[in-house]
Amino acid sequence: MGQIHLEKVRKTFGDVVIIPDLDLQIEDGEFVVFVGPSGCGKSTLLRLIAGLEDVTGGKIVIDGKDATTLPPAKRGLAMVFQSYALYPHMSVRKNIAFPLKMAGMDKAEIDRRVDYAAKTLNLDNYIDRRPGQLSGGQRQRVAIGRAIVREPKAFLFDEPLSNLDAALRVGMRLEISELHQRLKTTMVYVTHDQVEAMTMADKIVVLRAGNIEQVGSPLELYTAPRNTFVAGFIGSPKMNLLGGAEAAKYQAATMGVRPEHIRLSTTDGAWKGTVKVSEHLGSDTFLHVESPVHDEPLTVRAGGEFPVHAGDVVYLTPQEDKIHRFDDKGLAIKGNGRATG
Amino acid sequence: MARNVSTGRKIGTTALAWFVGLVIFFPILWTFLTSFKTELQAISIPPVFVGFDWTLENYQTIQTQSNYFHFMANSIYLSLGSTALGLIVAVPAAWAMAFSPTKRTKDILLWMLSTKMLPAVGVLIPVYLMFIKFGLLDSRLGLIVVLFLINLPIIVWMLYTYFKEIPGEILEAARMDGASLRKEITQVLAPMAVPGIASTVLLNVILSWNEAFWTLNLTTSNAAPLTAFIASFSSPQGNFYAKLSAASMLAIAPILIVGWFSQKQLVRGLTFGAVK
Ligand SMILES: Nc1ncnc2c1ncn2[C@@H]1O[C@H](COP(=O)(O)OP(=O)(O)O)[C@@H](O)[C@H]1O
Ligand SMILES: [Mg+2]
Repeated sequence: MGQIHLEKVRKTFGDVVIIPDLDLQIEDGEFVVFVGPSGCGKSTLLRLIAGLEDVTGGKIVIDGKDATTLPPAKRGLAMVFQSYALYPHMSVRKNIAFPLKMAGMDKAEIDRRVDYAAKTLNLDNYIDRRPGQLSGGQRQRVAIGRAIVREPKAFLFDEPLSNLDAALRVGMRLEISELHQRLKTTMVYVTHDQVEAMTMADKIVVLRAGNIEQVGSPLELYTAPRNTFVAGFIGSPKMNLLGGAEAAKYQAATMGVRPEHIRLSTTDGAWKGTVKVSEHLGSDTFLHVESPVHDEPLTVRAGGEFPVHAGDVVYLTPQEDKIHRFDDKGLAIKGNGRATG
Repeated sequence: MARNVSTGRKIGTTALAWFVGLVIFFPILWTFLTSFKTELQAISIPPVFVGFDWTLENYQTIQTQSNYFHFMANSIYLSLGSTALGLIVAVPAAWAMAFSPTKRTKDILLWMLSTKMLPAVGVLIPVYLMFIKFGLLDSRLGLIVVLFLINLPIIVWMLYTYFKEIPGEILEAARMDGASLRKEITQVLAPMAVPGIASTVLLNVILSWNEAFWTLNLTTSNAAPLTAFIASFSSPQGNFYAKLSAASMLAIAPILIVGWFSQKQLVRGLTFGAVK
């Protein structure tokens, strides 16, 4: 089991409200990702769930039992920290065994579990080393090993990959996803990287300034962002958001269209513009196009070998059925609102 | 780190390092050599370097003139006593400052350190008068308290920087892993804090051992440590450089030996636990 319900959870540091009343349901076995810009309160929320911070108000219910005032150890959750937080004076074996030793488990069972975890995480060759003698990726694995041996109700991850280099990050992302497939244990994962959120989550919780902006599956957030913040935050590169006359054509205060939903032509189209920068990634090319319809360059995805260069004139046409419309409060308007212009 | 450094450059920096080391070490070497000379050779011009008649005479004379072990015992009492007292106060203080800092923590630390900028002689009279009033003049207890107080800012500051290095997340990890407060302290905190505490103890013992202003001004004989022992040989009766040197060597020998053997521990204390 690993069901976590937050009811009107509130957190203030002194006079500063970090998390205003927040409700959230995390179901058993789900992979939930908290995503949002730096400083929006993701870590604080995770630490409230872990019990490392006390709530100012509200209730935290784990598996139907009120856990609001339980100390961290009594909640049955395991956490993987951004800094890994390994015990520097203990070997890998001792690090992984520590929670089991604290639980008073017998030696034979501890050895069995540690050996198994070390094997599945490819740590058997390093088992007697100290954390200081390991690479970043290996330390990360030890931290995960220390979390899984306890067989917790849920795993909490706080930006576990942000200290790794890009290539390793992709690999570890997959490993964590596989771990979830295998264990089917609830995972709550914090990141500021929307790519991690999109690739790993069953359910994404988008946070801004301690408020939940939207909860949904990656696809839901991509296809139906509830407001301009989510629209701009989810998806890479970012959605183009235009106000003024262009939006008015669609009876909206803001209209949005993703770079991959714009048709590109060298001869005709809705918006004329000049290519400022073109980024060739091989499979794709992203163009940054300056156009009079918007004061910032528009981002457009072109095919991998689209033959344009900086300075070329291009025409852009948003795909009608992929247009997002938002009202003057930034909230999404249902329907596609045909262009009137 | 594999930088290509030309051999010429390596020789140059090595020579420079040796030169600087020798310049710093030279006074001690000279004192050492002088302590084995006769008084005449000690002041001869041009000075003799090693080509003199080595003699243990100075060391013998010193032993008969004053009781070295009495002074040494006092030095040990004072440095260990003030260090122990310092730890009792500074460990909890630095602990609180490092792990639950407030807005004022930095200010308090700076204020504590700023007391070290006050010239000691500025408070000599009040302290002296207090010592008379409480009958503490020439007592070990009084000196232990004074040495403890003058070194306290440094101990607190040093421990604070060590404790600050211990990442809070590791303690939180221990809490998540189900460690009780006692286990958290004995199995996680202590092993990480001990090297820092050891270095602090060492430095404080050395500082107390060498402290001369207060030990000379507040003692006469009963509580006088090795600093007073040295001073007693630089008397107005004349220049006894050889004996003065021998006294100095005897005074610094214990701390030199301690420092030499704990070198490794000191360096380890400064690098241990650096897991980022
Ligand atoms: N112990 C604390 N005391 C005061 N403010 C804090 C504390 N911890 C976090 N904050 C503040 O709470 C906000 C959210 O922090 P955090 O949860 O770490 O954000 P995130 O993980 O999303 O980057 C930040 O503005 C931070 O400065
Ligand atoms: Mg964070």
